[in-house]
Amino acid sequence: MNAMTLGLKRASYETRVYFRQGDTIFFTFLFPIVMLSIFSVAFSAGGNVGTNPDGSGGITQAAYYLPGMVAAGILLSGVQNLAVDIAMERGDGTLKRLSGTPLPVFSYFLGKIGQVLITSLLQVIALLVVARVAFNVELPTDGGRWLTFAWVYLLGIMTSAVLGIALSRIPRTGKSATAVIIPIVLILQFISGVYLAFSMLPVWLQNVASFFPLKWMAQGMRSVFLPDNFAQMETDGVWGLPAVALALGIWLVLGLVAARYTFRWIRKDT
Amino acid sequence: MATSEIHVSVHDVHKHYGKFIALDGVSFEIPRGETFALLGPNGAGKSTMIEILEGYRDRTSGDALVLGVDPEHGGLDWKARLGIVLQSSGESGNVTVREQLTHFAGLYPNPRDVEATIAAVGLTAQAKTRIKALSGGQRRRVDVALGVIGRPELLFLDEPTTGFDPEARREFWDLILELKREGTTIILTTHYLDEAAQLGDRAGIIAAGKLLTIGRINEIGGADARIPIVKWRDANGPQEHRTTQPAEFVTRLFGQVGIEPEGLEIIRPSLEDIYLSLVGTNAAAAPSPDVQAQASTPPETSLV
Repeated sequence: MNAMTLGLKRASYETRVYFRQGDTIFFTFLFPIVMLSIFSVAFSAGGNVGTNPDGSGGITQAAYYLPGMVAAGILLSGVQNLAVDIAMERGDGTLKRLSGTPLPVFSYFLGKIGQVLITSLLQVIALLVVARVAFNVELPTDGGRWLTFAWVYLLGIMTSAVLGIALSRIPRTGKSATAVIIPIVLILQFISGVYLAFSMLPVWLQNVASFFPLKWMAQGMRSVFLPDNFAQMETDGVWGLPAVALALGIWLVLGLVAARYTFRWIRKDT
Repeated sequence: MATSEIHVSVHDVHKHYGKFIALDGVSFEIPRGETFALLGPNGAGKSTMIEILEGYRDRTSGDALVLGVDPEHGGLDWKARLGIVLQSSGESGNVTVREQLTHFAGLYPNPRDVEATIAAVGLTAQAKTRIKALSGGQRRRVDVALGVIGRPELLFLDEPTTGFDPEARREFWDLILELKREGTTIILTTHYLDEAAQLGDRAGIIAAGKLLTIGRINEIGGADARIPIVKWRDANGPQEHRTTQPAEFVTRLFGQVGIEPEGLEIIRPSLEDIYLSLVGTNAAAAPSPDVQAQASTPPETSLV
């Protein structure tokens, strides 16, 4: 049995298990959709964003928050989902059992990454459908924007997945996993332009956020979903896609190295 | 005996956790096809020993070979030849019995038939039930099924029947006896001495990190520990006498007193009796006051 085939089997098994966990479905899968709905409704009285001086034009709150929620979904599906999931599997004995079988670590990783890819794709599709149908958000029509979406999404989700695997080493027990991981993910969402407009944040906080990948995912997604004239609200007045690619690429490599060298099936001798 | 015929060999294994000594120079060998029971009280070092052999823990010193491989460096091919039933598991169990076994069967090169394995552990009726909805005993049977699904040459069973009802335990024994007939080498730890006696060819008794004794189930503890005990009651209270010829003794006793002795019993010490005398916990486990009074006597002459 080669490691690739086993990885695909794992991905199918992992995906099935994912959709049977009520808390994962809510806090990872549905969370960005719920937040988009709440923000769109709550701030609708504030009118459109980016209007002309006479109050015309601009985009709806839903359209404005959509790219941030897409980015948050990528972060949740990768980092939060895997870091909590693997820490819990280490705590409850799943990993101990697996490490007693001839399952290669590579196939286990492949299964997790496959699960993240499948579930996050479904999540993004659901998010876009809700935005379009429930909140009447205009989605991009030109191929160039969707091409940008494709690479930002893929680079983002891969980075999130490997960082999730790497972060799963931090919680000492399965029970503490959510308490350790969720605050990290939540703070990142607040400082990276998901819930609060990035341009509103003080420069020093923007600089802090720039060290982390979520800021770059959100920026990349804004370039896909927001009108071109919104680019002037970005830090340098442009979408800065080369910087997005570079930052996410660096995090992907760091995450891969950390996941590869820190992963252990079990904590020996504890 | 050729090396390939020795499935497990342990030589002078020590395991220290800081100042605590979990294993203190344990040595034994298990030939192919044998069922070996490792017995001992809680905290004696049984699980530490087993987990060293399974590759889950590293030893502090000494040598160990499992299927010819040092378990600290066992690769995937080595793991494919092992079956491991761990002591307990708290997995979330969001898959059905059949899904779990089908998935694990897929990890091994030459697995057992999934349906037949489900039937062998008596879970056919629960095959479509999610594991988290099973009772404790049923979950344990899933653990056992997962341990044997890969058709292991060497099977580790760490307290496999904890939480089983008596009928389930009998069914489990039948399953293990079937695996024995197929030639599987088995290492078993258990708190049930009748289980060790039923399944085991040989046993080792471990306490405080040391192997106290090792031998065939029907010989362990030595011949003296197996001398039958005649018990009866007379005007002076409970009486007992150890003799290799109980029938002759009872005949003589009847001749002396002339009436049927009250509460007459001839007891052949079971593995459990011998075990308890060896690990010195007879006081705690003694069933009646007269035996408790004997607790301070040396283990060789202790009656329970």
